[in-house]
Amino acid sequence: MTTVITVPSSLDDVTFEQVLEHLAPLPPDAKILLDARHVRWASPYGLAALLTLAQTRAVRPAFAPPEAEETSSYWTRAGFFRHAESLYELQRGAARTRQSGESSVLLEITPITKAGDVHEVVGRIQQRAQAILQGELGIDAKATIGFSMTLSEACQNIIEHAGRGGWVAVQSYTWKKRLGRRVVVIAVCDAGVGFRQSLETNQGRTRGDRWDDGMALEEAVIRGVSRFRDPGRGQGLAGIRRYVGKWSGKLSVRSGTARIAIVPPWDDDVPLAEQLPAFPGAQMQITIPERVPAR
Amino acid sequence: MINHIDVSVVLRGTVCDLYSNLVTRPTGAAVRAEIEQQLAELGGRTLTVIDFTHVGLLDFSCADEIVAKLLLKYCDSAEGSRPRVDGARGEGYFVFRGINDSHLDAIEAVLEHHGLALVVDRGEEGAQLVGTVGDGERRAWETVHQLGAADAEELADAAGMSPDDANRLLDTLCRRRLLMRLDDVYVPIGIRR
Repeated sequence: MTTVITVPSSLDDVTFEQVLEHLAPLPPDAKILLDARHVRWASPYGLAALLTLAQTRAVRPAFAPPEAEETSSYWTRAGFFRHAESLYELQRGAARTRQSGESSVLLEITPITKAGDVHEVVGRIQQRAQAILQGELGIDAKATIGFSMTLSEACQNIIEHAGRGGWVAVQSYTWKKRLGRRVVVIAVCDAGVGFRQSLETNQGRTRGDRWDDGMALEEAVIRGVSRFRDPGRGQGLAGIRRYVGKWSGKLSVRSGTARIAIVPPWDDDVPLAEQLPAFPGAQMQITIPERVPAR
Repeated sequence: MINHIDVSVVLRGTVCDLYSNLVTRPTGAAVRAEIEQQLAELGGRTLTVIDFTHVGLLDFSCADEIVAKLLLKYCDSAEGSRPRVDGARGEGYFVFRGINDSHLDAIEAVLEHHGLALVVDRGEEGAQLVGTVGDGERRAWETVHQLGAADAEELADAAGMSPDDANRLLDTLCRRRLLMRLDDVYVPIGIRR
């Protein structure tokens, strides 16, 4: 029997949890169909997480693409179907349109499996990032370098800790629902070992009675703890935190059954959400909002 | 003799001739290994300009691998941890050149993390100390730069500090490879214009 999981019509980091609620009780070899026919919009996190989801399944899942031509066409331009073809049984042909050209797609969904991929991604995004950050978000041109550094460090998290490849995507859009401003969003998702298991490989560290996904995220994201004994490790996430703080952005990292967030004043998310539906690996989202001129 | 190492040349020669950005730890480790190899071939006391002029982006991981680990190998930290290279085999001094503001963001972060400091040649602005440096150390370093060279007595006179303090600070700055000792005097390793 195939379990049908309906993908929310607006798919982002929050609504993706609805997908996971339906997915979590199912064994990895259960047959599933992800029904995205009625999806009208997806964030880069939503698209990268869908690919990640397929990687967690022992049996290749089926996927019904969005029926709305505009949506399907956008997903194609974002690179979703190019990768989904090898991970899902696609139920009908996906829209075949040009791969790039949409100004809001700063970086189409890109696999990250090795250090060279990070060089490639950073090299590709620099010029476009400057145009978007400075031109659309009113952020200082100097911030472009910091943005690329943030992207680089986020991608390296996959290479250093996931134990398998992952995905990165960058997009800018107007976030009407929650912010009413333009934002640029980096999504980095993998289906690897996750933060808790990664930190458990550091035998030298003592852990208290409480040790779970939430604690592992606190250790790694807030305190800069790494599985490596090298004292220089853990600076990447610290650098991401600084950049996000400087530009009043938001950082959220989900791993296992928990999600931790550096929450800016414009958002009402909780700093730590626990007992979420279990999902392998780590999923990171970085949101940088448009600057509002001081009055 | 002053050695000159263009980091972008090392990057293209050791990792990929198409890269201009210093990102990822493996890249940083490869670049540092090549720099260390060049220093090992020189041996003895070396003064090396590490030139970042043609480097695009430098991320935190690469800054840690190249800058921090290079310094940790040759210099004392602010907490007094000892370098990993036997001074008799390799007494390395470094001046960093071509450092732009974005490079500095990453470099300052890793220096602070490890309690390290270095000398940056800022061109027309002259040499600057960057990283974890105490007020006394900074005052002593700047005074020696203004004097061109100094022993403890001269530093004490010029900076208005006790000879004991001057001695201690000069010794610390020398162990941190921020000043070089030539016989009884200490000399700057960067040019102050």
